[in-house]
Amino acid sequence: MSVLLLTLLLPLAGFFIILLLPRKSNGAWAVALFFSLAAFLSSLGLIGPVSKTPAQPTSVIDVMWVEGANIHFHVGVDGINIWLVLLTTVLLPVGIWISQRLVSERTTTFYALLLLFEFGLIGVFSALDLFVFYVFWEVALVPMYLMVGGWGGARRGYAAVKFFVYTMSGSVMMLASIIYLANRAGTFDYTQIVAALTSGTLTLTTHEQLLLFLGFFAAFAVKVPIFPLHTWLPVTYTEAPAPATFLLAAVMSKMGAYGLLRYCLPLFPNGARQCADWIVVLAITGIIYGALIAFVQPNIKKVIAYSSLSHLGFVVLGIFSFQQQGADGAVYQMVAHGVSTGALFILAGYLEHRRGSMEIRDFGGVATLAPGLAAAFMIAMLASIGLPTLSNFVGEYLVLQGAAFTNFTWAAWAAVGVILSAVYMLWLYQRTFLGKPGHDVGVVTDLRTAEWAPVVPLVIIMVWLGTYTQSFMPPITAANQHLLEQSKMNLEIRVQQRTSPANVLSNASVVHAAWKETGDGR
Amino acid sequence: MVGNFLPTSSEYIRILPEIILCVFGVLLMVLEAITSERQKPILGRISLLGIAFAFAANIYAYSTPGQAFQNSITVDAYGTFFRGLVLAIGALCVLTSFGYLRREQAESGEYYSLLLFSLIGQCMLSTANDLFMLFLGLEISSIATYVLAGYLRDDRRNNESALKYFLLGSFATAFLLYGVAWTYGLTGSTNLNEIHRVLSSHGQGPAPVLIGIACALIFVGLAFKVSAAPFQMWAPDVYQGASSPVTAFMSAAPKAAAFAVFLRVFTTAFGTLSPRWVPLIWSISLLTMIIGNFAALTQSNVKRLLAYSSIAHAGYILVAFTADSQLGVAAVMFYLASYALMNVGAFAVISHVSSKHERYVRIEDLSGLAKRRPAEAAMLAIFVFSLIGVPLTGGFFAKFYVFRAALSSHLVWLTILGLANSAVAAFYYLKIIVAMYMHEPGESMENLTSPAPGTRVTIWVSALGTLVLGIFPSVLLRFVTDSASVLPR
Repeated sequence: MSVLLLTLLLPLAGFFIILLLPRKSNGAWAVALFFSLAAFLSSLGLIGPVSKTPAQPTSVIDVMWVEGANIHFHVGVDGINIWLVLLTTVLLPVGIWISQRLVSERTTTFYALLLLFEFGLIGVFSALDLFVFYVFWEVALVPMYLMVGGWGGARRGYAAVKFFVYTMSGSVMMLASIIYLANRAGTFDYTQIVAALTSGTLTLTTHEQLLLFLGFFAAFAVKVPIFPLHTWLPVTYTEAPAPATFLLAAVMSKMGAYGLLRYCLPLFPNGARQCADWIVVLAITGIIYGALIAFVQPNIKKVIAYSSLSHLGFVVLGIFSFQQQGADGAVYQMVAHGVSTGALFILAGYLEHRRGSMEIRDFGGVATLAPGLAAAFMIAMLASIGLPTLSNFVGEYLVLQGAAFTNFTWAAWAAVGVILSAVYMLWLYQRTFLGKPGHDVGVVTDLRTAEWAPVVPLVIIMVWLGTYTQSFMPPITAANQHLLEQSKMNLEIRVQQRTSPANVLSNASVVHAAWKETGDGR
Repeated sequence: MVGNFLPTSSEYIRILPEIILCVFGVLLMVLEAITSERQKPILGRISLLGIAFAFAANIYAYSTPGQAFQNSITVDAYGTFFRGLVLAIGALCVLTSFGYLRREQAESGEYYSLLLFSLIGQCMLSTANDLFMLFLGLEISSIATYVLAGYLRDDRRNNESALKYFLLGSFATAFLLYGVAWTYGLTGSTNLNEIHRVLSSHGQGPAPVLIGIACALIFVGLAFKVSAAPFQMWAPDVYQGASSPVTAFMSAAPKAAAFAVFLRVFTTAFGTLSPRWVPLIWSISLLTMIIGNFAALTQSNVKRLLAYSSIAHAGYILVAFTADSQLGVAAVMFYLASYALMNVGAFAVISHVSSKHERYVRIEDLSGLAKRRPAEAAMLAIFVFSLIGVPLTGGFFAKFYVFRAALSSHLVWLTILGLANSAVAAFYYLKIIVAMYMHEPGESMENLTSPAPGTRVTIWVSALGTLVLGIFPSVLLRFVTDSASVLPR
């Protein structure tokens, strides 16, 4: 059995086993943890093949699914999505672990939903067929919706419906694009469609490309989210139960960014380049706007939520710089952001659990009472603001470099966000952890062993990502190079009006440069 | 040509399902008179048996496909599919009715025999190849359904529902009949193939304006039956007033049969006029989706909400109709099958939760269902997600297939607007999930017992069916695609 299939099926098996457990049993947590850890171990087996051929999908499964409609179940991992699959399989056990302390009601159902969510996420990240991708995209949405709505705060119903309807509105547009594209190409298979575009057997007019791109972009932009489609984010992040917020910020937000990189660039190169300018403007707006809003939030969770919005802007910026460094940085930032923001949300969850509040004014001087918690928060926070030797620095630096190659002004504006993020995070830290202990802060105790357990691995990963980049970077670079090459080749077939494929291949970079000089490619 | 008028045995086999239903229907009426109050539950089981036999006969009849009775009915894959579908819906509704009628203390044979008669009409519609058979089937189906809608005589809303349905329904049927008369006058025939032949003869056919009017009149009659806008007004009141199992039946079976004949008439008889009616159906489908979805947004009664949702779903089906292609016909068939499952299942849960005299039919009354009865809540959640169109449910694949057909026929705007509509729809469907999973149990949950065995079977079968159609759509897809090729396109 393929390792990838095993990784996919383990959470699903766990989901069904938990459903079959008697309702009053306490075994759900153990079952969920077991299956998510098993999925993690199994996903480690994906690394070997990927490091050999990072630019090609490995551990591929390709079987006929819906015969009458020519839909294949096609999944595989390459140098880009392997890290996102691993991010999922690492963070899900963490999420399940912290749920034990943070979720007390109807736990059986909650753990079942967590495993279903993991199944959906692994599917989204490994799908190589547009139909399969869409199916997993929505499969991941439903359990998250139920977790937010069923276990969230006072306004959980509102938050959950807003989250669902927002996402759904975006994704139906993607569905329309997928169906249209598949009707044109005669297949839903991503690799085949890309190959057909490259070889010229399938050509999309500029107009078609633009509309199809916008359809995909609608779904991804809501999910990332890109300013101004972010309005679901603060309410969902704050209302969701702590483990769900953790997973939303750490993993689910990567779905959209990954989609932009994987699908929008190679499939609709012209559309993507045509829209790049305003998308980058939106991304930079998001970076600065998110930072400014985070600055004035009186609530710890909201500060982290808006900082997340700000940091995700970098990912989008990196992708739409169309540079090797930018794309590498974007992927690296996705993983790094997942780990650092995840850690921040876990620690914020612990604070909330102890204090019963997330308002900054209810804290103060926590460091003296809970030095361990404060230290862990400090590390995660420093990683988040991009301190060198910690995870996010690598990603943000590469994104800025990529952006600077394309347009220096972009990089300059985005860099403002880096400075702002240091300001608001440090200020948050100062008000929460330093100074004199505030009123009633005495209830905040230090982390226990069971609470350290999920934090320590994340801290280790943050340091690892920040210091030994070479263990992650080569596959990312190779896969991104391949992807950007595809994007360029698909682009100039239209620019050159179909010369011979060989000619196109050799001239790839030249024409790309020429295209950029003309400005709009028409 | 004397031989032509003496039906052969294979012709009888082709209407065997109708014959069986008829025999069982009459039998139930007789038994009704001679069974005691305590023995009444047996009548429901007998009707179930009748439907099972009819289902078997339907499959058997397909072994010798062909025309019967001077080509007035035709047994082909398409007709067999719809006959099987309405029979399956009938069986599920009978199962739901067991518990429902016992709860309302209204068990009797006439209920079941009416249901069987209604099914006869729908079976005839599925295989009708003649405008007369269409009219006969529609009337048999409708009259039985009018009575069923008002079956609980002492209930005021039941009466209102029946009366509204009857008055408006007869009005619509009159339109249809007038259209049939026009068509006969213009083409000299009521046979669909014959009409097609006359209309496609160049230069000698009737004046386009006149045949257009005939076509429009028939269109009005059928659009009423499928509750397409602007002829959808009756649906919410009728669905709300009727008993839940009857509503489930009305929203699925007559609609499926009406769509079956709708497609057959418009692709066979009026196929040559398609450039004229496609734009019409284009706008009607859009209007139906919009009215259904936006009106549903403000509903607080679950049955009414599902009524508007049913209108909206008719709109999606009309999108596939607009595609006017084989893929479109296959999409209609797939959609109706998965819609029937999810809708009948949803109504079965509602019928159980609503308690005696359907006191609890507001959305708030579903509050806390997940805590009290997690299994039923999970099933209803599956149905609702399927109605929204979330992947791995039949509803998603059906919608996907509909819009695929639409895009293959270059209906880009209709697809975009239709999909945008389905995002709007998520908003009101989610109210049900929110109530079930996110609110605390209220008064309605206090005396909620576990559902009757029949209802439970319906719920489980529909839920499993919904999931199977979503995960392995190919089980149905191939048959549907093959049968769609029967219609000339």
